[in-house]
Amino acid sequence: MRLEKCYFCSSTIYPGHGIEFVRNDCKIFRFCRSKCHKGFKKKRNPRKARWTKAYRKAAGKDLAVDPSFEFEKRRNVPVKYDRQLWTTTVKAMQRISEIKTKRQNQHILNRLKKGKELRLEADKLEVQKNIHFIKSPAARSVQLEKKLVEVIHEEDEDKMEEV
Amino acid sequence: MSHYNFKKITVVPTAKDFVDIVLSKTQRKTPTVIHRHYKISRIRQFYTRKIKFAQQSFHDKLTMIITDFPKLEDVHPFYADLMNVLYDKDHFKLALGQINTARHLIDNVSKDYVRLMKYADSLYRCKQLKKASLGRMCTIMKRQKQSLEYLEQVRQHLSRLPTIDPNTRTLLICGFPNVGKSSFINKITRADVEVQPYAFTTKSLFAITALAHLRAAVLYVMDVSEQCGHSIEQQVSLFNNIKPLFANKPLMVAVNKIDVLKIEDLPQDKQDLFKGFEEDDIPERPAFIPEAVLKKRQAMEIEREKRKTERDIELEEGDDYILDLRKTWDLHKPEEKYDVIPEIWEGHNVADFIDPDIMEKLDALEREEELREKAGYYNNDDSEEDEDTKVMRKTAFKVQRSRVPRTAKKIAAKDMEESMAELGVEIEDKSSTHYSKLRERGASQRSASRVAVKRKREVSENRSRTRSASKTTRDKSGIRDEPMAKKVKKIARKAQFGFNQEARKGEADRRVLDMKPKHLFSGKRGMGKTDRR
Repeated sequence: MRLEKCYFCSSTIYPGHGIEFVRNDCKIFRFCRSKCHKGFKKKRNPRKARWTKAYRKAAGKDLAVDPSFEFEKRRNVPVKYDRQLWTTTVKAMQRISEIKTKRQNQHILNRLKKGKELRLEADKLEVQKNIHFIKSPAARSVQLEKKLVEVIHEEDEDKMEEV
Repeated sequence: MSHYNFKKITVVPTAKDFVDIVLSKTQRKTPTVIHRHYKISRIRQFYTRKIKFAQQSFHDKLTMIITDFPKLEDVHPFYADLMNVLYDKDHFKLALGQINTARHLIDNVSKDYVRLMKYADSLYRCKQLKKASLGRMCTIMKRQKQSLEYLEQVRQHLSRLPTIDPNTRTLLICGFPNVGKSSFINKITRADVEVQPYAFTTKSLFAITALAHLRAAVLYVMDVSEQCGHSIEQQVSLFNNIKPLFANKPLMVAVNKIDVLKIEDLPQDKQDLFKGFEEDDIPERPAFIPEAVLKKRQAMEIEREKRKTERDIELEEGDDYILDLRKTWDLHKPEEKYDVIPEIWEGHNVADFIDPDIMEKLDALEREEELREKAGYYNNDDSEEDEDTKVMRKTAFKVQRSRVPRTAKKIAAKDMEESMAELGVEIEDKSSTHYSKLRERGASQRSASRVAVKRKREVSENRSRTRSASKTTRDKSGIRDEPMAKKVKKIARKAQFGFNQEARKGEADRRVLDMKPKHLFSGKRGMGKTDRR
């Protein structure tokens, strides 16, 4: 038994799900649901449908190239069953998927960084240019004056006491 | 060339036909209308094309002839010899050589005249040049009359030759006519050979020499009864004549028609003739089977006897039988044969990860991961934002919120002055403020020209009343700032485009505005389309 990938959206297809199409050149196309099948029948390009994994990878939305992807592969090399190897593999799979998700998440965070930077820049500019929307520059000077006056008063009082 | 097929050589036309074909082709396949007043370059181009076309068709046809005929150097020696005997090698080569030179000559003629065409300054001159060039080409072709005729004859003869593949094993059955060769073939095969009672011609007798090149076993058939019309002496002498050709070939003499007359019944002198054949030692040629194959065959036979099939076991055990395919598994540790093998883990095939070096690779990955962590690849500097930036961002947010909306209400100048004074802005010279100026001008204009008919009603709302923060509207919820809002609007507009083209509101709009439009259903249908009235 195998879990297959959908030809259109690359989602996992569990046994008993989806539909399979075998073209007359023996190429097999598997679809996870009718949505994907219909897209295929309409000759949609999965790289152009924005909701597919293929699009997200091609457009750089998701992490596409990484050594952590090299583990899961159809190798077409026959390996004899060996309990030791199988148990280590299952353990390794857990660690690999951990690392993989970490990297994928980081990829998305890195993508978002640029936007954050830009927004900060925009905010700075906004404050620089348009601060007078909320604060009158003249009013600020008056407040300063007031403060200064108070300080001077206090100083005067101090002197008086000394005297 | 592994296979020889001389039946596909195209027909070689006679010189006259050749010229006719090319000229009519030129006439048919090049433009025909030209006028004197056309631009001279166009006229030149028109005639150049004709010359070139004629040359090209000559060239193609001649090339076809040259390539179609077999080259004597390239074909199997059997065919080379045969053709030498039948058509004379020198003559054949000469004919093809002449065709080749004719092709060159024609090419040169066309080249010359195309060059000359540049100097032609009128339609007449162009036409004369074309005429001359085609004429010369045709003359050249006419001179090839004899070679062409010869080649055509060769072609016809070649196509009638029996096809013999010189590279396969062949059985040559030979002997005088009527000795029973065809009957032999009819007996041993299903080929229905017609018995053709004619003798060899001298030429085809020569052709026999070519047979020496074939990898053949030879069966010489003789007639003891002499019913064929040739005496045994004659038959033996023919055999002796052609024997040298078959050196190094398995050679067998078959004596036919012994039901009519046995060798023993022949006179002694004739029996002696046959003695000569018996002396000839015919080498034994058994099939060669490699030793390894023999051994394997033996081994297979032994194994076959002792092997017990699954079917046998099933019959033995009867109802208790359970098909067990794992017992034959050849594992490193046989005790693991009946393990439950995991196939799937969290949406992944375990089989896809199976790799004897997986641990090394994983270690490498872990090391890389460590390096990354050390290098601070995963540091997402959210906390790094200091107090100042936070304040700055909050202010920016406030600034954005405080943008004056289009629907801003009017403020009386006096109110504004008061509130500003409260904040500490004192306006010394009121007449110089720009709002006062505006008012002045506006007032003067109004008084001079027209009075406002209707004043916009103002909302009589107490501005100082506080409002609770209402829910953001749906089109604004989740939108961060102005640029994002703009972007969202743009995307929405773009997304709508396709639907607008289809006159739909959106995905869910499946409305058919008119199921039966009047213009398609009223009145009678004519002869035209069903969707038009």
